[in-house]
Amino acid sequence: MKNFFLTKEKIEIQPLIDLVTNRNAGAICTFIGTVREMTKGKKTLFLEYQSYVEMAEKKLQQIGEEIQAKHPDADVAIAHRIGRLEISDVAVAIAVSTPHRAASFEACRYAIERIKEIVPIWKQENWEDGQQWIGDQKEQVAYPSGKPELGGERE
Amino acid sequence: MNIQVLLFAGLAETAGASKISLSFADEQVNVQAVRNELKNLLPNLEDLIEKSMVAVNQDYAANDFVISVGDEVALIPPVSGG
Repeated sequence: MKNFFLTKEKIEIQPLIDLVTNRNAGAICTFIGTVREMTKGKKTLFLEYQSYVEMAEKKLQQIGEEIQAKHPDADVAIAHRIGRLEISDVAVAIAVSTPHRAASFEACRYAIERIKEIVPIWKQENWEDGQQWIGDQKEQVAYPSGKPELGGERE
Repeated sequence: MNIQVLLFAGLAETAGASKISLSFADEQVNVQAVRNELKNLLPNLEDLIEKSMVAVNQDYAANDFVISVGDEVALIPPVSGG
């Protein structure tokens, strides 16, 4: 099993935890992102996630490398689902193990924020009265420097 | 040179295609030239093209990055995973 992958199947968290479990770990922090029904008073019926799969898996791996650059003892696993998702389905799951708890919380938070910046996955909201591809949830209208901040870009 | 540009999500839907072919007289072009040509071909998507990133061989590329024959080029609209 790969540590960084996209899948059309339901995501289970335990296999990700197993991937990062090791004898030097004193903490494993997990994050599970689920499909929310109500957003600003509007009812979502279902979501459709599309991706540039090969690049997305590389970018998930890059996030893991960025975390390890800061926390060399961290182990990271990330899965993101694509295709049609129903309410409460798991869209993304992250597991990070570190020797001590503070780093695992920090790294787990970093991973989900970074996913929303650099991983080429797109969400289509499907409402009762229509549908729309969503961009830019972090409200960076454009990438200010012409490209996402930090690490991994071409010069 | 000819470049095929991969399109995704709202870009692909509005363009009605998951890729688009561009032709250039030069044998080397930079990312900015690709952006400009895409805006010419897809004028109704100009704003979204402006907000999008360009990826070359599955890595984000700045506007002055030079594309060579055989490179995999994609237009990446603002992402919304997670």
